[in-house]
Amino acid sequence: MTTENEIRLELPELCLVLLIGTSSSGKSTFAKKHFAPYEIVSSDYCRGLVSNDENNQQATKDAFDVLHYIIGMRLKNGLLTVVDATNIQKSDRAKLVALARQHHVLPTGIVFELSERVAQARNKKREDRQMSPNVIRMQSQQMKRDLRKIKYEGLRKLHFLKSEAQVNAVTGIVRERLYNDRKEEKGPFDIIGDVHGCFDELIELLEKLGYTVAEVEATEQNFGFEVTPPEGRRAFFVGDLVDRGPKSPEVLRLAMSMVNAGTALCVPGNHDMKLHRYLSGKKVQLKHGLDLTVAQLEGASPEFLHAVKEFLYRLVSHLVVDEGRLVGAHAGLKESMHGRASGAVRSFCLYGETTGEIDEFGLPVRLSWAEEYRGKAMVVYGHTPVPEAEWLNRTIDIDTGCVFGGKLTALRYPEAQLVEVAARKEYAVPARPLDWEEQQRKLNQQQQYDDVLDLAEVSGKRIVQTRLRHNITIREENSIPALEIMSRFAVNPKWLVYLPPTMSPCETSPLPEFLEHPAEAIGYYAAKGVPQLVCEEKHMGSRAVVVVARNEAAVTEHFGIEGEGIGICYTRTGRNFFTDRELETAFLTRVRDALEASGFFETFETEWVVLDCELMPWSLKAQALLKDQYASVGAAASAVLPEVNALLATSAARGVEVPAELATAFQQRESKMQQYRAAYRHYCWPVAQLDDLKLAPFHILATEGKVYHDQTNQWHMDTIAGFVKADPALLMATPYKVVDTADPKSVQAAIDWWLEMTGKGGEGMVVKPMNFVHPDTKGGFLQPAVKCRGKEYLRIIYGPEYDFDHHLKRLKGRHLKHKRSMAIREFALGMEALERFIRKEPLRRIHESVFGVLALESEEVDPRL
Amino acid sequence: MLLTLQTTHRPATDLGYLLHKHPGRFQSVDLSHGKAHIFYPEASESRCKVALLLEIDPIALVRNTRNQKAVNFSLGQYVNDRPYVASSFMSVALSKAFNTAMNAKCKDKPALVAQALPFEVELHSLPAPKGGEVLIRKLFEPLGYTVELERQPLDAQFETWGMSKYFRLVLRHTLPLHLLLTHLYVLIPVLDNDKHYYVSKDEIDKLIERGGTWLQEHPEREQITQRYLLHLKSLTRNAMDRMLEQEADAENDGPEEPEEMKARKVSLHQQRLKQAVKALKASGASRVLDLGCGEGKLLRLLLRERQFREICGMDASFKTLQNARKRLYMDEFSPRQNERLKLIHGALTYRDKRLEGYDAAAIIEVIEHLDENRLQAFSRVVFEFARPETVVLTTPNAEYNVRFETLPAGAFRHPDHRFEWTRQEFETWARAIGDKFGYRPEFSPVGEEDPEVGGPSQMAVFTRNDVLNQESEIDPDDN
Repeated sequence: MTTENEIRLELPELCLVLLIGTSSSGKSTFAKKHFAPYEIVSSDYCRGLVSNDENNQQATKDAFDVLHYIIGMRLKNGLLTVVDATNIQKSDRAKLVALARQHHVLPTGIVFELSERVAQARNKKREDRQMSPNVIRMQSQQMKRDLRKIKYEGLRKLHFLKSEAQVNAVTGIVRERLYNDRKEEKGPFDIIGDVHGCFDELIELLEKLGYTVAEVEATEQNFGFEVTPPEGRRAFFVGDLVDRGPKSPEVLRLAMSMVNAGTALCVPGNHDMKLHRYLSGKKVQLKHGLDLTVAQLEGASPEFLHAVKEFLYRLVSHLVVDEGRLVGAHAGLKESMHGRASGAVRSFCLYGETTGEIDEFGLPVRLSWAEEYRGKAMVVYGHTPVPEAEWLNRTIDIDTGCVFGGKLTALRYPEAQLVEVAARKEYAVPARPLDWEEQQRKLNQQQQYDDVLDLAEVSGKRIVQTRLRHNITIREENSIPALEIMSRFAVNPKWLVYLPPTMSPCETSPLPEFLEHPAEAIGYYAAKGVPQLVCEEKHMGSRAVVVVARNEAAVTEHFGIEGEGIGICYTRTGRNFFTDRELETAFLTRVRDALEASGFFETFETEWVVLDCELMPWSLKAQALLKDQYASVGAAASAVLPEVNALLATSAARGVEVPAELATAFQQRESKMQQYRAAYRHYCWPVAQLDDLKLAPFHILATEGKVYHDQTNQWHMDTIAGFVKADPALLMATPYKVVDTADPKSVQAAIDWWLEMTGKGGEGMVVKPMNFVHPDTKGGFLQPAVKCRGKEYLRIIYGPEYDFDHHLKRLKGRHLKHKRSMAIREFALGMEALERFIRKEPLRRIHESVFGVLALESEEVDPRL
Repeated sequence: MLLTLQTTHRPATDLGYLLHKHPGRFQSVDLSHGKAHIFYPEASESRCKVALLLEIDPIALVRNTRNQKAVNFSLGQYVNDRPYVASSFMSVALSKAFNTAMNAKCKDKPALVAQALPFEVELHSLPAPKGGEVLIRKLFEPLGYTVELERQPLDAQFETWGMSKYFRLVLRHTLPLHLLLTHLYVLIPVLDNDKHYYVSKDEIDKLIERGGTWLQEHPEREQITQRYLLHLKSLTRNAMDRMLEQEADAENDGPEEPEEMKARKVSLHQQRLKQAVKALKASGASRVLDLGCGEGKLLRLLLRERQFREICGMDASFKTLQNARKRLYMDEFSPRQNERLKLIHGALTYRDKRLEGYDAAAIIEVIEHLDENRLQAFSRVVFEFARPETVVLTTPNAEYNVRFETLPAGAFRHPDHRFEWTRQEFETWARAIGDKFGYRPEFSPVGEEDPEVGGPSQMAVFTRNDVLNQESEIDPDDN
């Protein structure tokens, strides 16, 4: 507080403010003047909410339930909140203090200590409502009684306003930042794990990181070291500088020098705090390496010891830096505690989350908060020695047990690169062997954790953020069938790094005898200003995603899968393509061998690849559909149509006047039925051996660290044509033509090519823009592909008789808008899944995207499109 | 699409009078999705043959059913066998084209109506579901028809695909025409799985009216009513009840089935469920999970037991859960019942916090529906994360399959089974689970045990080790 005539109150930026004073002491007026409307939660208002009457004392209990609920929500969301209630009873205040602590928010108070006379006078003047003078008198007396010990109630900041003049003199509230808020510090940082007195290793590590360390004469600010970091960088110690190791005082001198010089940040570890207690004269057991530190400090000057004590005292439990993107804490920190302040937060930062139980090594059983961690901020911590620093859900433990003979690790931020130096010796023996449980583990921590996904993270209504198309909403009614398909039929989710999008047909052709024609497919892109197109022959098989790695070890390393072979081939709904394990293995081996033979893995510097393919024959996977649907219709019709035509002929011969139109129509039906049978038979052949299969890859989706949506479709075609040569019996390249949309000759050549292919029973072609992703004018992108299906092929889609004039006319009225929107959203999700996979994000982030593709597929759309 | 009917009655051309259709003319009537044409390929003194030809518009068929939510596969597609087969459309066409004859009326020659005449009916592409041939014979032979059947191959070019579900059917019988037409009217749709209209109460009336006495006397009348009304049990019961009423009027002394007989009829599944309930009760659990609850058969049993204060059923199929709601009449639950039972949609390969904190879980005939390599995730979800004190788990015993005469060797009992285990395989898996997650499994057969191959199904009851230890602490002498 400043002078009497101008008072500014200081409050932490995030806190719960209790206004304390009798009715009519001016709390509400004060609150309105100094805080934003939503920041004030008033008990009177809550009474009104639950009873329509702000004065209804009978509604008090319900009103306070609502009040506490609103406060709880606001504190959970990290918002300063002012409680406008009398708060004159100690028990009322205690509840609010507890609520603040529950959310790790500082409780504070502003006390309106006005004389009863003032309140009575204000009450009389009130127009909205008047209290009985008795009430104010009682409140006033109670307040006097209860206020004496308010200092001990846990309110971390208290302001007293003792007169109306003082209340009026308050000109503003100064919102002070919390100590842990260092958001403006953007780094880059070199975060260093538990040093534990390993001074030599620390010097080596700093030098490896590019710091120069010079010994200088000690001054007030400087404890004997001058450290020059590489340009712009700073070190960041995550605690436990001391104990167990050989040179704790030196480590302290170095760290203190750096912090004072502004070349390092530091948060405290539990060992550092224990040393502080020792130095403060508290009774501390000299165990767990503190005995060594104390011995090493023998002979140190009292000034130095005092400086150490002060340094340790000023360390803040955790630091939130780089606009909240990075959090450093000794034992880690769960998201709800980031940037908060409470005893619980401090204890969590020092010791982690423990259950209170003790394990077989006599150590506290720790709950793995990191497993549950879903925050956006990266959390870097130490405290628990691990053999290797490993990521888990954007958290990483970089205590690699240097003092136990492991190594000292630093994490370069934002590069996320680990830099390590080996311990020179085992200075101490850990209670729990360091390689405990880790010895034959092949999967990393994240992969192991990802063995089981959590339902809550994929099901229900979801909004998936994609790079290509921002937020995509997955509605609950669509995620329901997706869950059923995923859980009953899909392969191990670790394989499912992609699901293919649906593809829209071209607009309906105006030509009388065609439903689809390439002119519209090409025209769609030409109208959007796409100069070059790639027209690919459409194979009539089944969509297949092939994941294949050089060997099983590569699968384990990159996909986190053990004992499931060198790859997989799955359908567009994530189901295993092969039911015969032996055939699958043989198939994948052939694909792998072809890639090896063509030098694919070396060229792309990868050990694995994901390919988007068509696998033929259609009859391999669609056997049931073919038999139950296509062949059945053929069998039913072929058994009856010749008989109909014979009977019609006999009748006509006998002199019955059979309408000519009808007789012709039935004859045409018979021939159309034959064409229909020819159409589906074209895509069926028996598979007795591997060579009867044909795999036509058309996109190289991803390899180590890369997704190939930045390459042109022509690049995909040509690159694939290069490696399929290695096994032409199984693999095939897809014939394609590049079309220049401005050149009528080029367009005509594509149309002629389509007529020729479809005339021979081909399915048709797929038209794609030259660029894999072609932006539109609205910040989105065009259809990644449009299909144009042949006349005969369409018989198996629209029915044997679809090309009767009167049928075709009606069929031409079809709507592509929804199908196209689905294609765009599914494509964006598929690409997102791949990008997340190559960034090695947790599986749930990849699964969320592929799950989305499957969910969107359940949106109702004309299945014939 | 095509039905022909001929007679050798003399003069055979009387057929024209009976059908009210002139043998010299080509006639057409409108149907909801197309037309029916009536013409006579042959009309002489000695033989008269009429053809009923359906011309169905496949596109109108799809477009008109599009708005109905529950469109089944066949009707939802333009590639559709409906235009070509003898289906319920044929039945409708019969009643439209030959309405008068079917109602046993004949203006010009009334004496012919009741007269038995020799008829031959030929139906092309008659679809019949599984076991079609047997069913067709069972339907027509008791009515006195001679049945000639020929099954069509699926596709001559792909012999391995086998036979289609379509038959050419020739029926011969001497009987009054109106009876013949009525038989066809009722029995053609009975063979048809893809009826194009929805079953309503009207249809029950229609069926009983059309069926008349012959249906009540038909040995397959139950199957006929059931199939006709598309397995809609509630409706069927209604129709059956009415038929039973009529029957009861005729002979009011049906013997009561003895209690013992009823008890024996408890199916294997019921036995399995009862055994599961027993195990759950013995565990002392009060909060129980039914994982893979299906339509709620086990839930119904659990609800009856006071011991279970909280019951939660989970299934991967949302539709199945909706059926369970209906079957358990959950919409009519009291608030207390609502607190006791809840149904959730979920999958056993995903960790699910909603499953935590229960005392026991029943997983009845579920694991065999998961791919073997997904069992690892399943076991963690149940034994590591949900971690109830007791898990009651059953799965078929593959050894017993040899006792199912109709099951081909090596085949699974259900097309969706991904594996079926022998007792040894099951025990090995269960013990490994026990060791890994700290549970002790105990095994027992389910169903009547065969001395050689064991029970038809097998059960393991897993008890969490800490629970076992507690028990021994409480009562150390208990051995």
